Amino acid sequence: MTINVRIPTQLRSLCDGESEVTVEANSVGEALVALNGVNSEFSNRLYDETGNLRRFVNIFVGEEDIRFLDGLNTELRDGQTVSIIPAVAGG
Amino acid sequence: MAHVQTLVCRECGHQYPIAPIYTCEFCFGPLGVAYDTEAQRATVSRESIAAGPPSIWRYRDLLPVDPPGDASARVGYTPLVRADRLASELGLGEVWVKDDTRNPTNSFKDRVVAVALAKALEFGIKTLACASTGNLANAVAAAAARAGLTSYVFIPADLEFAKIATTAIYGANVVAVDGNYDDVNRLCAEIAAEQSWGFANINLRPFYAEGSKTLAYETSEQLGWETPDHVVVPVASGSLLTKIRAGFDDLFSVGLLNEKPGVRISGAQAQGCSPVATAFADNAQVINPVKPATIAKSLAIGNPADGYHALDAVRETRGGIAAVTDDEIVEGIRLLARTEGIFGETAAGVTVASLKRLAEEGVVRPDERVVLYVTGHGLKTLDAVAGPGSGPTAVIAPTRQAFADAFPETQPGR
Repeated sequence: MTINVRIPTQLRSLCDGESEVTVEANSVGEALVALNGVNSEFSNRLYDETGNLRRFVNIFVGEEDIRFLDGLNTELRDGQTVSIIPAVAGG
Repeated sequence: MAHVQTLVCRECGHQYPIAPIYTCEFCFGPLGVAYDTEAQRATVSRESIAAGPPSIWRYRDLLPVDPPGDASARVGYTPLVRADRLASELGLGEVWVKDDTRNPTNSFKDRVVAVALAKALEFGIKTLACASTGNLANAVAAAAARAGLTSYVFIPADLEFAKIATTAIYGANVVAVDGNYDDVNRLCAEIAAEQSWGFANINLRPFYAEGSKTLAYETSEQLGWETPDHVVVPVASGSLLTKIRAGFDDLFSVGLLNEKPGVRISGAQAQGCSPVATAFADNAQVINPVKPATIAKSLAIGNPADGYHALDAVRETRGGIAAVTDDEIVEGIRLLARTEGIFGETAAGVTVASLKRLAEEGVVRPDERVVLYVTGHGLKTLDAVAGPGSGPTAVIAPTRQAFADAFPETQPGR
């Protein structure tokens, strides 16, 4: 599946300033791992030492937070958009 | 601002220069303001504060920005009132209400916006924006109007009419988003990355959030530079609760308190949106987001940005977090109004009802000095108290007899 991943400003230095990166993946977890093909630093920024997604990183498929879906196992359809959004805004 | 040093990541400690940024590039953690505490100790005193204006700017040495040229909008320094009748109804001893309905747009959000706006002007920002559940929308729209800035205010489309009207009146661009607050917030985080605007609670958030500390500063000053034993604070994003706790600690750090404060911090959530209360009750390390369904729309944040810090604050100080029903919220609004003459919005109903619940559970004790934070005015959420008890006690003909018939207890000799 071809997936568009929207990159937040904080991480754009890892992909030549691009706001969107295209990867091949079948699930959200695969899409995030595939970002390492662009820059191997992506995983260090997104995951903590224990391999969990950092607690201030939110991931969306379309408009939905993956915690309301199947988390990193959420399956993707061709052409869907995955967004990485910092969790500390608002309130 | 000699006493402000850097922004620092609250997760990993990475430092950044002072700028309109809000997350750590390395771990996504929230950025906070780091102060030069020694410089503050040397500058600030109880006397210097007492000599300041009756507004949040009396604490200028503890804030991350200089007061704006026009500080005439009186934000903060709201009354702390002793609430004996409320205390008596709840079986408690010493209860105080911090009445933050008395701000320019009738909620505590005027405090945080005043700080955010001053910082925005310092950064040369021309457009002020926010993602809001209503109170922040009011505050941003009014402050931008007064400063002559353009404003864009993003709200969930199903917000109370009063909160929309009281934002639009200031000439703000009101963007009603077809979704809940968390949808609004996500959209704004993306728009903030593309515009050179100051989003009060996004890229200005490290500074904005500091404004909430003034609630702790005032509480302590108004108690004669003592601290409460226990405070009850409404929880939406968790920022207010976190900053009130930090505010009490700061007062000690800069030498304004003689003893290290041991304030117990309790939180208040609506059952229909209680992600932090649920994590607390389950003793969980992870806060799971929820889809809000409550009349307390100002607290309807299902994915609380500062939830983890709020949870830590409550656990570390041995407080509690209640989750109350919509019926309890309405009863809480009525109880506060009936006993103390203070009409709070739904968030206040949540806070009063939570105090009641926590008192019943023995978490808040009768031997404690308690402060309750009432953060917004009831006229903003009038619909919540429509129905029985909101109309006239009697409708009568314009005659003395009709009055006597309707209210026989007022007549002599009966």
